[in-house]
Amino acid sequence: MIEIKHLKKSFGPNLVWEDVNMTIPDGKTIAIIGKSGCGKSVLMKHINALLYPDKGTVEVDGKNIFELSYIDLRIQRQRFGFLFQGAALFDSISAYENVAFPLRYFTNWKEPKINSRVMECLEMVNLANIGKKGTSELSGGMRKRVGLARAIVLEPEYLMYDEPTSGLDPETSDEINDLIIHMSENLKITSIVVTHDMHSVLRIADYAAFLDEQKLSWYGSIDELKVSKHKRLREFIKASEYQID
Amino acid sequence: MDIFYDFGRYCKLLYQAIRSSTEFKTYYKNFVSEMIKIGVDSLPIVILAGMFTGAVLTIQTSYQLEAPFISVSIVGAIVVQSMVIELAAVISGLVLAGRVGARIATELGTMRVSEQIDAIESMGFNSISFLVVPRVFAGFVMFPVLYVAALSFGIGGGFLAGIITGQVPAMEFLKGGREYFLAWDIIFGLTKAVVFGFVITSISCFKGYYATGGAEGVGRATTNATVLSCIYILLSDLVLAAVLL
Repeated sequence: MIEIKHLKKSFGPNLVWEDVNMTIPDGKTIAIIGKSGCGKSVLMKHINALLYPDKGTVEVDGKNIFELSYIDLRIQRQRFGFLFQGAALFDSISAYENVAFPLRYFTNWKEPKINSRVMECLEMVNLANIGKKGTSELSGGMRKRVGLARAIVLEPEYLMYDEPTSGLDPETSDEINDLIIHMSENLKITSIVVTHDMHSVLRIADYAAFLDEQKLSWYGSIDELKVSKHKRLREFIKASEYQID
Repeated sequence: MDIFYDFGRYCKLLYQAIRSSTEFKTYYKNFVSEMIKIGVDSLPIVILAGMFTGAVLTIQTSYQLEAPFISVSIVGAIVVQSMVIELAAVISGLVLAGRVGARIATELGTMRVSEQIDAIESMGFNSISFLVVPRVFAGFVMFPVLYVAALSFGIGGGFLAGIITGQVPAMEFLKGGREYFLAWDIIFGLTKAVVFGFVITSISCFKGYYATGGAEGVGRATTNATVLSCIYILLSDLVLAAVLL
């Protein structure tokens, strides 16, 4: 379980948010929503200490990750998979090698076993025939799927998705959403999704956290979100042109 | 204040790089490939720069010392001494500040702004050990090799220029070169090469690793890396000459 307590972050004189409190239960999917620039990705990067806060804690299974030694933090990070907004694939190696990359360094597996696991992950994201294609030859959707395959290759307990459907057509977005649901339901992975795509939120998430006005403005289940009278949240949902039945 | 802030971050990066240098398993593959990129791939330009510098030095020195009472062998002495203690190291250093420094800063800067460095960290790797250490170590190892190449071809170029122009006969050039030669001068030149290798790779890694702001930021990092490398090459050249000679 992940517990975020009294988190505050500023960049220089600019306050991003303060007093953010949130509990992320195991096995559930949490969507962090809010306007562009409200600090959604910044919050997610605090969860595996890619960024450090001015104040507050993030506890993973009771341990404050900001107090871990660098060695322990790196061990902790191996429990997380991270799909970055632009996929962040290493462009000097092929798509296949991107997925194999963590296995080559964190396991002592021989080549056949690495190949088998890489192909398993690529099949999971429907890219089994990707071969040794370079990352520059991939479309936006394919890049995200390769990024996802790389994120799950070490079988993480937590998966973090930064804008997984941004810049994708509706059909590819739905494919990515299906994959997120598959990861959560079949692999029992706790997922944290940063997005402003309400269609995705209502399809994939169990809980939603709404960042607004430099704080966590609203947090609750999707069923609660559907009936919430929170003015700013209603405006946000309306502005995203999504109708809740 | 920015200078002190940058200097502090530079020292911190070096400290972290030194601490990470024990993680040989993480960086040995990159170390080998960086030795090829920094060393082998830079050989043509270093050889060219060295050869032309030696040739021009011979022609200009013999032109300046054209007097009845000055032995022509002094040209050989001046060319060899100049190449050994100054020009082979400084010319190749300045050329490599552009070639190697710009490449390193661009590579790391692009990785930073496209979140590839975050991806490395999020997987549980030590990004400094993975990216900075192999580049700085490769600079340490390969710059002395490049110095020897620039020196050999510089003296060779000077020797050939003397013969081809008829200004310095072969035996006179060799006689002069041997007459004032000191083994210490070679050690001095090699020391310079090691220092320049460290200066170029560490500054370029620093500028690239902390690049911000998209394509413009990468461009700025690359320019700063090249300019600062050149400045610190000249400064360290002066300090080494004052301390070691």
